Amino acid sequence: MTAAVLELDDALATYDPVLGLEVHVELNTKSKMFCGCPTEFGAPPNTQTCPVCLGLPGALPVVNAKAVESAIKIGLALNCEIAEWCRFARKNYFYPDMPKNFQTSQYDEPIAFNGWTEVVVDGETYRIEIERAHMEEDTGKSTHVGGATGRIHGASHSLVDYNRAGIPLIEIVTKTIEVPPAKAAAVARAYVSMLRDLLFALGVSDVRMDQGSLRCDANVSLKPHGSTVLGTRTETKNVNSFRSVERAVTYEITRQAAVLSSGGKVLQETRHWHEDTGITTSGREKSDADDYRYFPEPDLVPVAPSREWVEELRATLPEAPSVRRARLQEDWGFTDLEMRDVINGNALEPIVATIELGVTPAAAKKWWLGELARSANESGQDLDALGVGPAEVAEVQKLVDDGTLNDKLARQVFEGLLAGEGTPAEIIEKRGLALVSDDSALLEAIDRAIAANPDVVEKVNSGKPAAAGALIGAVMKDMRGQADAAKVRQLLNEKLGI
Amino acid sequence: MSDLTRKTAAELAELMTSGQASSVEITQAHLDRIGAVDGDVHAFLHVDTEGALAQAKAVDGKRAAGEQLSPLAGVPLALKDVLTQEGVPTTAGSKILEGWKPPYDSTVVKRLKAAGIVILGKTNMDEFAMGSSTENSAYGTTHNPWDLGRIPGGSGGGSSAAISAYEAPLAIGTDTGGSIRQPGAFTGTVGVKPTYGGTSRYGLIALASSLDTPGPCARTTLDAALLHEAIAGYDPMDSTSINQPVPAVVEAARNGDVSGLRIGVVKELGGEGYQPGVEARFHEAVELLTKLGAEVVEVSCPHFEYALPAYYLILPSEASSNLAKFDAMRYGLRVGDDGTNSAETVTSLTREAGFGAEVKRRIILGTHALSSGYYDAYYGQAQKVRTLIARDFAKAYEQVDVLVSPATPTTAFAIGDRIDDPIAMYKNDLCTIPSNLAGNAAASFPCGLADEDGLPVGFHVMAPVMRDDLLYKVGAALESALAEQWGGVLMTKAPELEVTR
Repeated sequence: MTAAVLELDDALATYDPVLGLEVHVELNTKSKMFCGCPTEFGAPPNTQTCPVCLGLPGALPVVNAKAVESAIKIGLALNCEIAEWCRFARKNYFYPDMPKNFQTSQYDEPIAFNGWTEVVVDGETYRIEIERAHMEEDTGKSTHVGGATGRIHGASHSLVDYNRAGIPLIEIVTKTIEVPPAKAAAVARAYVSMLRDLLFALGVSDVRMDQGSLRCDANVSLKPHGSTVLGTRTETKNVNSFRSVERAVTYEITRQAAVLSSGGKVLQETRHWHEDTGITTSGREKSDADDYRYFPEPDLVPVAPSREWVEELRATLPEAPSVRRARLQEDWGFTDLEMRDVINGNALEPIVATIELGVTPAAAKKWWLGELARSANESGQDLDALGVGPAEVAEVQKLVDDGTLNDKLARQVFEGLLAGEGTPAEIIEKRGLALVSDDSALLEAIDRAIAANPDVVEKVNSGKPAAAGALIGAVMKDMRGQADAAKVRQLLNEKLGI
Repeated sequence: MSDLTRKTAAELAELMTSGQASSVEITQAHLDRIGAVDGDVHAFLHVDTEGALAQAKAVDGKRAAGEQLSPLAGVPLALKDVLTQEGVPTTAGSKILEGWKPPYDSTVVKRLKAAGIVILGKTNMDEFAMGSSTENSAYGTTHNPWDLGRIPGGSGGGSSAAISAYEAPLAIGTDTGGSIRQPGAFTGTVGVKPTYGGTSRYGLIALASSLDTPGPCARTTLDAALLHEAIAGYDPMDSTSINQPVPAVVEAARNGDVSGLRIGVVKELGGEGYQPGVEARFHEAVELLTKLGAEVVEVSCPHFEYALPAYYLILPSEASSNLAKFDAMRYGLRVGDDGTNSAETVTSLTREAGFGAEVKRRIILGTHALSSGYYDAYYGQAQKVRTLIARDFAKAYEQVDVLVSPATPTTAFAIGDRIDDPIAMYKNDLCTIPSNLAGNAAASFPCGLADEDGLPVGFHVMAPVMRDDLLYKVGAALESALAEQWGGVLMTKAPELEVTR
């Protein structure tokens, strides 16, 4: 069922969007949050469980110190204060994929709070206030079987995999994000993308959105221009790519605007994002009356990180993203405009990785912002989901550098890579793309060009050597582009005696 | 050989060390005794005959091979059915866990096994330890061996009845508000609630996590101390476990010298509502300790009067959350799974059928107390009272080394007497609850029989955190002084049970 939506411009003409983002990060600790079970992704169902994460009677949790360390690092990287003393709480509700029927989480005493970070959109820097980052455990994973939609509605039965139950999670919650309305969705995307880079740099998570190790819930509400009263918000779940974040936020803005402008009321509810159709649908109705009966977890003792430890961890933090961006721009010699394109194209990390493999900054930028960005755009994918990574880019560039390919042929190799035709070598072989380096073949083509263009030869002979360019073009055409232009020029010049 | 079941654990250990008896013989003697009297007493929910004899045989084998063994190796024990033992049915007295065999050992069981202590079986208890009589067990009431028409106390009535019926020389209980000490008092036995965190809760099916404490039950102070030492100590699997050496409880139990010990009689724990015979025996015991050189003063703990209401907010709150895991999804009872009901309905039907009335009462109470809008008034206030009670203790311990009171206001009451009056039932624990709220160590020692009914009276001793040794010091002094009057421990005055097999 598709809801009525307004055009974004029409929506923003009347309403200001108000955003809040909750990002769940699965930590990459070797063991779970409260027990020693392994956390590896993709193991057969229910093989990574024990009495603790199955919630068996009598079992007790013990906090994973490494997870606390990661939480503190994340808090510090987001410029948060780190609690001197904080506790876990129980969030009580019944659900079959939650073994204890309460989630051990943090409630009013998060380990990190009052932080901020920055994102860059279209060259503008936006500050995003961080409310808190807190520790919690993941639930099991339910699979609903027998229904048409894979949702619980209409399913005949459900399967629960508790391998995920107890995986350490950090939930990062922003304060209300206030940016120019037209930028809201892009800022949301940039924020999640920035978080991914930050968490990757910290080394605390695999940050794979496709595997659910980075999950974003987007809270969206609208208020009429000039109003200070917040509208009713929806919480859109299951937004699993950067691009989806932007699309889901945009969709909710346009949907809510349609509801409001037709005199309706926005329901406070969770909504599900559908990647394929690009819409959200109504989930569970949620109200402030949801009562989780939080109370301090009596099975755990308070977490009280010493200030010395916090400072030790602070000293290990990688460079802040804005500082790093400035440093990289200088190192690479990019103009502000070039750097903005890199950031906007989400190409910073791939370019860094490509340069590390020995490619020049200019070449790395050329491929990532050219062929690859274009393809990502066309197919609606994130740049890092293309299946072509820094290693492939470096390999192709090496072939250009050693004269096997020219830029034009290289572009065709990328085309093959994106189509999944194999390695660069295989694609060159299959598509017959290598430059012809055999002089005799080139000389024959040169002879044909001279024979076919007596007027051009005339011009050259009459003292206009620049006219030879047309002959080079003809030779390249004859060779179907698979010739090194510099080599052709050299051979032609020799032939023409210039 | 005189009846092995009448021996203390220390005596049995000596018989084995000197080669006069084997663990198999001792274990068999107790299994026989269980067979003979448990039809009337109903202390056990499950007797693990095969497992116990196999354990006994293993210990005998090790002894024959000259291995170094723990002091209690080969001595049999009764285990409260609230602690998990791998492969052995564990119900916590509830229908909802009927047939469940845990896949893992609790830390207490691990340590018992490591010490070579033979586990005879699982003892009856009030459902999920909610109760003071075992009448809330889903599997029937345990009878007090002193008078089979009376309750043995609760929740750990099965454990205390087992040792006072000579079905086991030792038992494990768990104490959340008095569930070791009150049954100890009612059965004329020793019951010790160690310092919270002094014994591990791992594998203890939680009632109230911030209060539950496993501890020893025995017929003598020394036996209790030996068992205490075997199960106590830091456990990395329990975050609330205290990482300090176990107090020197055995040494204290062997040397009950109270001269110079400062003893505070808690003013608030006595008077109205206390049975005269209980008060008489208590005060005589205090006088006895004075004669033995203790300095006795009266101290006031003004906030103790709020302990009971605070306890009945904190306990149900934690319990309502702890018991949420019983949802029919992974283990235990499952009702209504006919292919048409949703998971939610099956959970609901199972909890309706599987939980008893008292459990439901406390789940409802706790759910309400934690609800938004009520949390501050109930749970929040109760936690403040808890702090005030802890301060009362701290202040008292500036003046004295230990505090004392009767263990219970009355002696054991008749089966059915209080089952319809929860408040009257809850008042059983007036004296014992403050120590749980403060996490202190406390114990009940037999101090005589009440004149009115000839039933045992318990002498309650409370000591600061990790000073469990002081409990044993007082208990040992009292025990040896009273033994001169009685010609042995109080248990020797218990009536003989009719052997029914």
